[in-house]
Amino acid sequence: MLQAVGEAMYQAMEADETVVVYGEDVVGGAGLGEPYEGAMGGTFGATRGLFHRFGRTRVRDTPISEAGLVGVAVGAAASGIRPVVDMMWSSFTPLAFDQIHNQAAKLRYMFGGQASVPLVLRMAIGAGLGAAGQHSDTLYSLYTHLPGIKVVVPTTPHDAKGLLLAAIADDDPVLFFEHMRLYNTRQEVPEEPYTVPLGSASVTRPGTDVTIVGVSYMAKLALEVAGALASDGIEAEVIDPRTLSPLDSETILTSVRKTGRLVVVDESPPRCSIAADLAAMVSEHAFDALAAPVRRVTSPHSPVPLSPPLENAYIPDAERIRAAVDTVLNR
Amino acid sequence: MNVPDRTLLEMFETMTRIRLFEERVTLEYQRGDMPGFVHTYIGAEAVAAGICAHLSDDDLIASTHRGHGHSLAKGCSIAGMLAELYGRETGLCKGRGGSMHIADFEIGMLGANAIVGGSIGLATGGAFAQQVKGTSNVSVSFFGDGGAGQGILYESMNLASIWKLPVIYVCENNGWAESTPASYSQSVEDLSRRADGFGIPGHVVDGADVFAVHKAAGEAIGRARRGDGPSFIEAKIPRISAHYVGDTQKYRDEDDLAAAKQRDPLERFGSELTAAGLLDEAAVEAIRSAIVEELDRGVAAAKADPWPAADGVTDYVYSGAYGA
Repeated sequence: MLQAVGEAMYQAMEADETVVVYGEDVVGGAGLGEPYEGAMGGTFGATRGLFHRFGRTRVRDTPISEAGLVGVAVGAAASGIRPVVDMMWSSFTPLAFDQIHNQAAKLRYMFGGQASVPLVLRMAIGAGLGAAGQHSDTLYSLYTHLPGIKVVVPTTPHDAKGLLLAAIADDDPVLFFEHMRLYNTRQEVPEEPYTVPLGSASVTRPGTDVTIVGVSYMAKLALEVAGALASDGIEAEVIDPRTLSPLDSETILTSVRKTGRLVVVDESPPRCSIAADLAAMVSEHAFDALAAPVRRVTSPHSPVPLSPPLENAYIPDAERIRAAVDTVLNR
Repeated sequence: MNVPDRTLLEMFETMTRIRLFEERVTLEYQRGDMPGFVHTYIGAEAVAAGICAHLSDDDLIASTHRGHGHSLAKGCSIAGMLAELYGRETGLCKGRGGSMHIADFEIGMLGANAIVGGSIGLATGGAFAQQVKGTSNVSVSFFGDGGAGQGILYESMNLASIWKLPVIYVCENNGWAESTPASYSQSVEDLSRRADGFGIPGHVVDGADVFAVHKAAGEAIGRARRGDGPSFIEAKIPRISAHYVGDTQKYRDEDDLAAAKQRDPLERFGSELTAAGLLDEAAVEAIRSAIVEELDRGVAAAKADPWPAADGVTDYVYSGAYGA
């Protein structure tokens, strides 16, 4: 998936000279001088090669100044260019929260539609690397709460490329969440540029007995669990929402009306989260179709811990998803 | 005095326009039919006028909650601003922003911002876009001594300095952040000294002296247009008006207010122009009456203008259809 993300940025920059990419270490080695031998190309390598192709005006390393980076992106986007900013980890975005919430999200509205803020903030999310409290948050729920912001949570390499190209071309501020444990996922994707529209969920497995909605890495895990359930004769329908804002609620409601049962899997604390949001949305609009209460499989209400047994307890796993499915099926 | 007479008279007209606008808004606000909060720019007129005199519509500014003066100096229409203050659909921001969020992107006014340091990142980003696009346009951030307390200033100045962005940071230091004096809340008397720490030239000017502001701005803006990077101008201004309309300023010493009024920039400039033979009483009256007439028309029109339709509450949240 990492390569797909990089390819999307490369192709967006090829197609539109107003697209710029900057962030901490996106060149990686700005102090080395030409030709930047040993350049890092981003914390994970997603931006590798961009500097050599597009040059120092459009691809820049930055100081560690999250608020400044986003503030500049908002002003630049409102002045006619399309910044794609590498925030490194979602856990660092609260340093720029004012710029995201009070500026990026609100300019178009406060100014009566005059301002357009076409920026993308890319960031890694997720527990599982033992990175503990301040590197492992998901935070997509937090930003889904904010009117004016769009939230993208790709699961597959194909979707990551198409969604990122759509996000860069979008005229609204988009936060793009890349789960670290998906970076090594492999899949053939078309070489030419293509887009996956924001606000369109993907039914990754059709089924009739229960609907499982998984977000980001949890969509992948849900699909694996569904495969195992099938051998027990349970046909789960798995939905990857792909974007949380806008949300393709219709695809989820249609599925729940068919299956009558819903399990939401989300690697985040449960309060005021996307899992809570989906449960409320389905209860409000498809209550009569529900044969059992909605079950949420989430992380506990805690920060992400370091110690492996604790971290494993934090991340929703196949066993907990299966247990939730059993509960809604009254088994 | 090497500023062309025409420019001097235009700056005087701009300053008068700001003063009369603010006095009228204060009056109308006190009648109680203008929603929200209003912070007036009285006492700071020389700063907006002296700086914006150097700018074209392609140059950018970003402003604060006390932004009427910057808006008028950049060229926002009185009618559009008044309709916005009254929350009407005909306002510059279609009634979604109000006094603290006046914007007019057509003329490079990137908006007043109720986050006191909000203009700083925006203007720095505007300058970044000019550099990427290869223009010679500049971007100006207006903020107060209060706004200088927010960290965005220091992150932005560092970026602007290492990238040589065409941005001018204009700190209007009126000595007060609401009820808190700068002498208490700021570690140095001259905030422009902090620019030194970022390799940015910092200048202190008497913000009640439009000549001094105009000169410093000309140098800073010229430097930015040449690609030589950012500057910082600290304009010491008298706080003649209160923090907001309705603030009784009981926290403030009467002598402080009296001293501020002694430094009235408009009176000073008027006297200077009169002494130089560029202005007389009749000319001042002609300028004033034309503005008063525009204000009369603007207030009447705004009050009669339509409100936004209630079902428009989610208009302009996103660029297009949002879905769920």
